[in-house]
Amino acid sequence: MFKDIEHLLRLAGVIVIALVAFVLLRAAVVPKSFGQYGHYRGDAIAEVAARPIAHAGHAVCEGCHTDVVDQKKLGRHAGLHCEVCHGPQARHADDPASVKPPLPDTAVICARCHEANSAKPRSFPQVASADHSGGLACNTCHQPHRPKIEDQAKPATGAKR
Amino acid sequence: MDITRRRLLLLLPAAAVAWEFVRAGTPEIAPNYKTSEHWWGMLIDITECIGCGSCVRACAQENDVPEGYFRTWIERYHVTDYAIERPQVESPNGGKDGFPLDQEFSGKNFFVPKLCNHCADSPCTQVCPVGATFVSPDGVVLVDKNYCLGCRYCVQACPYGCRFINPKTNTADKCTLCYHRITKGLTTACAEVCPTGARQLADLKNPKDPIHEYLRTHSVQILKPHMATGAKVFYNGMDGSVR
Repeated sequence: MFKDIEHLLRLAGVIVIALVAFVLLRAAVVPKSFGQYGHYRGDAIAEVAARPIAHAGHAVCEGCHTDVVDQKKLGRHAGLHCEVCHGPQARHADDPASVKPPLPDTAVICARCHEANSAKPRSFPQVASADHSGGLACNTCHQPHRPKIEDQAKPATGAKR
Repeated sequence: MDITRRRLLLLLPAAAVAWEFVRAGTPEIAPNYKTSEHWWGMLIDITECIGCGSCVRACAQENDVPEGYFRTWIERYHVTDYAIERPQVESPNGGKDGFPLDQEFSGKNFFVPKLCNHCADSPCTQVCPVGATFVSPDGVVLVDKNYCLGCRYCVQACPYGCRFINPKTNTADKCTLCYHRITKGLTTACAEVCPTGARQLADLKNPKDPIHEYLRTHSVQILKPHMATGAKVFYNGMDGSVR
């Protein structure tokens, strides 16, 4: 029945070799975790997550700077996290002794939020800084952790505004 | 063996348990963090945004975003009474340095912070020819920069313009929703530094997250809902002219 099948066997052999070569090559080239969750490298998730953090988060700040927290919670800036004004401080949190954060410049920091702009919500406190202070630094009168001037006269243990 | 109805009904719960196990995944990203227990999104309250640019600066510092490129940015909308459909939109340096003072406009002005919408059915991941971008099991659209070719298909596909080619790596880059932070129990850098609380990280799979109450009690919108991207950045108080 199968008298002249040699050429077919030879062809089958070629196909088998090609198949084996493909499987081996694929195993060598495709990363192990590819397809773990979907059509992508599963290890990529852990790689993205491994990035070091730059902002420590307010919980870390409040662990040490309890005096500032006590002052801040009495005033209008109670809801602000430290790194809003002080910038990313994860390195300072890791090594508080040697990494000292620079003091923010109130003339720049305050104006970012409080400079008047017609697109800001009407209820948000805004000033035209040129008219308001005439070029004086904001912390000449306002204490940034407790900005309302009447607030500062009261003792720190007083009730909320 | 032949499967009787009784045998099938016995097998189904076992299969469901096995599938749940498969979905839970194995790799430890951080201790006590399970990708199957989260579904991340973000809530943005436009009525609270003051356009200070803190989020843009914090994002750039947290993620080493090159100067002139943005993973998040703020737009200032100016809607005049006579051209409601065609608002003027500007975003000088992404709002990083705040917004310059302008003359008092007659119409409506407001800020709209933008970032990747972390779409559940994202167009950008569907076009990637090599599987270098994907929706993670916890709902964050990520880029595998070791696998990306830099072909820019995804940059074109994103309807929100949230992707760019990083000039240092020549690969696609985008907001990761601070994946390195949220997997450690922190909030995103932009939400951490938002002075008015206009940005809130939301975990849609956590039944205790205040997002559920918020979505029920506010008329919250998403950007380009007609594109059915399953966007997970929710905007409160958004003007109809925002695109």
